[in-house]
Amino acid sequence: MMNEALENIRSAAKSCIADAADEKAVEELRVRFLGKKGEVTAILKQMGSLSAEERPILGAKANEARAEIETEIKARMQQLADAAQNARLAAETIDVTLPGRQPKQGSRHPIQTVLNEFKEIFLGMGFDVVSGPEIELDHYNFEMMRMPKSHPARDTQDTFYITENILLRTQTSPIQMRTLEKAAAEAREAGLPAGTLKKPIRIIAPGRVYRSDAVDATHSPLFHQVEGLVVDEGITFSDLKGTLEVFIRKLYGENTKVRFRPHHFPYTEPSAEMDMSCFKCGGKGCPLCKGEGWIEILGCGMVHPELLENVGIDSKKYTGFAFGVGLERITTMRYNIDDMRLLYENDLRFLKQFN
Amino acid sequence: MLLPLQWAKEFADFPFYPKNSKAEAEAKAAGKALTLRDVTEGLTMSGSKVETWASEADQIQNVLVGEVLSIVPHPDSDHMVITQIDVGQVKKGEAPIQIVTGAANLKVGDWVPVAMHNSYLPGGVHITKGKLRGVESDGMLCGMGELGLTVHDFPQCIENGIMVFDDEIKAYRNMYLGQPLTEALGLDDTVLDFEITPNRPDCQGVRALGRECAATFKVPFVDHVPEVKPGHGDVNAMLKVDIENPDLCYRYCGAVVENVRVKPSPMWLRQRLRNCGVRPINNLVDITNYVMLEYGQPMHCFDYKYVNGHHITVRNARPGEKIVTLDKEERALQPQMLVIADDKAPIAVAGVMGGEFSGTYEDTTTIVFESAMFNGPSVRTTARDLGLHTEAAGKYSKGLAAANCVPALQRALELVQMLDAGDVVNGIIDNYPCRDESLRTLWADQRRIPLDVAWVNKLLGTALTKEQIVSYLLPLDFKMDGDDVIVPPLRGDMYRNCDIAEEVARYIGYNKMPSTLMKGTAQARPTERQTFDQKILNTLCGYGLYECETFSFYSPKCFDQIELAADDPRRKAVIISNPLGEDTSIMRTTALPSILSVAATNFAARTPEAAVFEQATEYIPSPLEHEVPDNDFNDYPVLVKKLAAEGKTPSDLLPTENQKILCAAYGGDWDYLAMKGVVEKLIATARIAESRLRVVRNESGHTWHPGRTADILCRAGSEEVLLATVGEIHPKVAANYGIKARVVAADISLDGLYRCRAAEATYMPLPKTPATTRDLALVAENAIPSAELVACIRKGAGRILESVSLFDIYTGERIGAGKKSLAYSLVFRAPDRTLTDTEVDAAVQKVLKALGEIGVTIRS
Repeated sequence: MMNEALENIRSAAKSCIADAADEKAVEELRVRFLGKKGEVTAILKQMGSLSAEERPILGAKANEARAEIETEIKARMQQLADAAQNARLAAETIDVTLPGRQPKQGSRHPIQTVLNEFKEIFLGMGFDVVSGPEIELDHYNFEMMRMPKSHPARDTQDTFYITENILLRTQTSPIQMRTLEKAAAEAREAGLPAGTLKKPIRIIAPGRVYRSDAVDATHSPLFHQVEGLVVDEGITFSDLKGTLEVFIRKLYGENTKVRFRPHHFPYTEPSAEMDMSCFKCGGKGCPLCKGEGWIEILGCGMVHPELLENVGIDSKKYTGFAFGVGLERITTMRYNIDDMRLLYENDLRFLKQFN
Repeated sequence: MLLPLQWAKEFADFPFYPKNSKAEAEAKAAGKALTLRDVTEGLTMSGSKVETWASEADQIQNVLVGEVLSIVPHPDSDHMVITQIDVGQVKKGEAPIQIVTGAANLKVGDWVPVAMHNSYLPGGVHITKGKLRGVESDGMLCGMGELGLTVHDFPQCIENGIMVFDDEIKAYRNMYLGQPLTEALGLDDTVLDFEITPNRPDCQGVRALGRECAATFKVPFVDHVPEVKPGHGDVNAMLKVDIENPDLCYRYCGAVVENVRVKPSPMWLRQRLRNCGVRPINNLVDITNYVMLEYGQPMHCFDYKYVNGHHITVRNARPGEKIVTLDKEERALQPQMLVIADDKAPIAVAGVMGGEFSGTYEDTTTIVFESAMFNGPSVRTTARDLGLHTEAAGKYSKGLAAANCVPALQRALELVQMLDAGDVVNGIIDNYPCRDESLRTLWADQRRIPLDVAWVNKLLGTALTKEQIVSYLLPLDFKMDGDDVIVPPLRGDMYRNCDIAEEVARYIGYNKMPSTLMKGTAQARPTERQTFDQKILNTLCGYGLYECETFSFYSPKCFDQIELAADDPRRKAVIISNPLGEDTSIMRTTALPSILSVAATNFAARTPEAAVFEQATEYIPSPLEHEVPDNDFNDYPVLVKKLAAEGKTPSDLLPTENQKILCAAYGGDWDYLAMKGVVEKLIATARIAESRLRVVRNESGHTWHPGRTADILCRAGSEEVLLATVGEIHPKVAANYGIKARVVAADISLDGLYRCRAAEATYMPLPKTPATTRDLALVAENAIPSAELVACIRKGAGRILESVSLFDIYTGERIGAGKKSLAYSLVFRAPDRTLTDTEVDAAVQKVLKALGEIGVTIRS
């Protein structure tokens, strides 16, 4: 009898739990079936009327029924909770294509971005970065660079003068001279034999330089130059070539071809200009490279021994090379900028393109 | 420098031929011809940079020599005629071609240029057959204009009408019917344009470039030594030359030609001049130009009868002297200018331009040729000061060699005899007082360089023998004497072994030399300052500001634009003595105008929000700038010693170059606090503790808004350093820049930030005890700054106060006029124990007491 009642309760509970619409209804069912006054409890209470043989059997059955109902209730509760959360999430749906809230972010000037790349490449090759005054003595800018006042090469560098002997540097080469002068002085102070150096010199000297060119698409009275200088024992023309080839390949890619062309600078001998294969046409010839397939990139050469002698460095023992690159040219080519003036106008519509 | 290749080939017979010539076809067939690219690349890579090239034969195509067989009137036109033309096909039994023309100067039997069907003329003109008033025309008969020629080139032809060839033209290249016009008139040469570097003024002549060609293409150099046949008389009896200033005139050579016969030059000579862009004038003028082109040596000729006293003096201009130059302009001469004078007055500005009565005229019978060497810088300055940039001045400026004077003069005389242009008087005058021993040695073909084979190899990284080195030098006219290299007399750029190394390297070929990497390990890293600067600049980008680059110079008006006080020391700037214009005439002492200009540019471009910065250099004049007289620099070592005695160096004369960061912003959320926040973050980036800072209002009212600007100072030892001025730009200044918005800006000393920076971060253990927070809403008079309240809070709360931060500001009716409410959050913590409420309450009471003393109450 009681066995049958238990079975009835069990199946009634199962179907009620499955039908329960919400967590509250499930809780009511828990009270109805498993509560102190619940139906399963009621069965257990009647067990006293059973025989000693029947009692444990029914007891076990009743506990089994209770456990089963409890599991059902728990499962149903979980089911309902999940459904409720899913409903809430569905209600929270937003338009994921809306634009994100972007943090404000400025950017470096394209010239500085390119300069930083230069610095990284040369630091990696053991070049220190050195700076010097923009308003410079004629002595360092010209005289020490083998360009006395009467030198015709001064014509090609129209100079802004402050006084007869103070000028706006036309190149960053005076930094080279100052570096050499300092190195020679350090060696003297260290008591080294005359003309020797304490350690090899490897520097790049970036900075603003000035020439009295009126502003147009390819000229500016102010522009940036990066010059390099190496002085050590055993530095050769081949080292100059090798070093600059590494530089240009790191800047423009491993497949960039370069060529060295004889040229003239008063402060180097031999002197050269380095061309790279045109990155637009790959060397076939196009308007950018004026049909030559080559683009002029920098000037370079072996340090003229007189420069070393000017500061008392032994030019028999030491040799070196130097080079100079115009940053604006590299920058405008890199970003395809057709008018150099844009670099100094600082229109945000321009600057924001280099984030 | 223009070089017609066929002219160059007189000195070096390299296998490059006139366009479409038989010789070209033969050489090509034999596989021996150089292409134009071979020639230009070869010369460029051996050191003579070819910039561009051109050939008239590229422009004129399919134009042939033809003969007019018949002329009949056009039936429907009263000004046109119908011609039958033989372009060489008639003798093969073919019919002549019919061409309609409007020209009136034709007659039967004339030989003329015929633009055939499908031909091209200069300017890209394409000629095809067609009908003219209903009559077939198979091409066009050409006038000189259509061929790009002028009456100067062919004085025997007329300008308006068809070009009709005379006997001279026919004889020039053995003209035949059907011959391509470019060949017949010598328009088939290719002309290269070289960039001549300043070290190679000798390359300003065809002969010298011919030598480079010979060495480049490894063919013998075929020199031409001028030969003057004996004439009559004696030049010394006719002309006297004195040089008063041998420092500016190294050498002056002269010769005299009598009975001159002025007429057009022969066609070969005219064509060579034409190819070099020089207009043929008459035989005498053409000879001087021809010699200048060939030798690079400027020549001049004077009419003998206008040389008063038949006496030439090379001297400086006298005070007040004037000259009317060949271009009919009267020019005032300065005493530093060198002139060629006769016994009365200057007749030429030396090396620049002749005077009105120099040159040749219809009645000229006797001329004086001048071939002289003047000091280059002097000619350059004179030409610049007179605004006369002539070909001769350009050549002298670059520095020529006196060694060329005599050969050039002899070449001129040889040409006079060849062209039958006059009777040469025997002898030349050679006045050669050059006092500069090194120049004399050079020009006398005697400069020696002891060859240091080991050093040359060390420099180039090569292992050349002496013989190999010499083999590169000999084709360039160097000579050897034992181990000494003897420099060619025209090479003013050869002094040392490094110069020899360059000659060797460029003829080995730079690109044939190996590329190596330097030996030794690399040791480099950015300096602390460089790393610091980069961190600061990148930080600014992180806060939404864009980096700018502005000019370092501006107009003195900028000081007024930013309303600097009249006595502001920044008004004293470094002044450029030769600026491009007033707008770029002084070096900036404050970069604020620069950054405001950027704001203005963007405002004008209608950009609604802008935030920009620049790492800017400011140039503060040295008090010594004008202390040392310019002349003291003439002996630099002495100057160094003199200054060293005062503990100074010449560099102390240079301005101080301060590194600043200038920021400016308008629009968006930019206001005073936003910009100040950026500055505070930079200060935090420099790890400068807040406790070292002092913020004071900058009330000057110049440049900045007097109520909305602060100076931020930092204690550094016993000093206080101004780190930044930050604030709103005065509306007057904003208006000066045309910005109709509130502009905030910051003027930050990058040097100051670096100087005050604190050491790298070191780790502090995380707190093990809990914090207690108390919020205080305070009411204070408007005039009391927040900084003062915070100071009171710190003082009152003592050491257990970990931090204090402002979280709300309120002003309004509820707290009354003239007052504000500031709410602060105070965090208390002791490192060793958990604070009790009693302890914290006691601290808060002390805070309130301290605040009470300055009249600040708690908000009820």
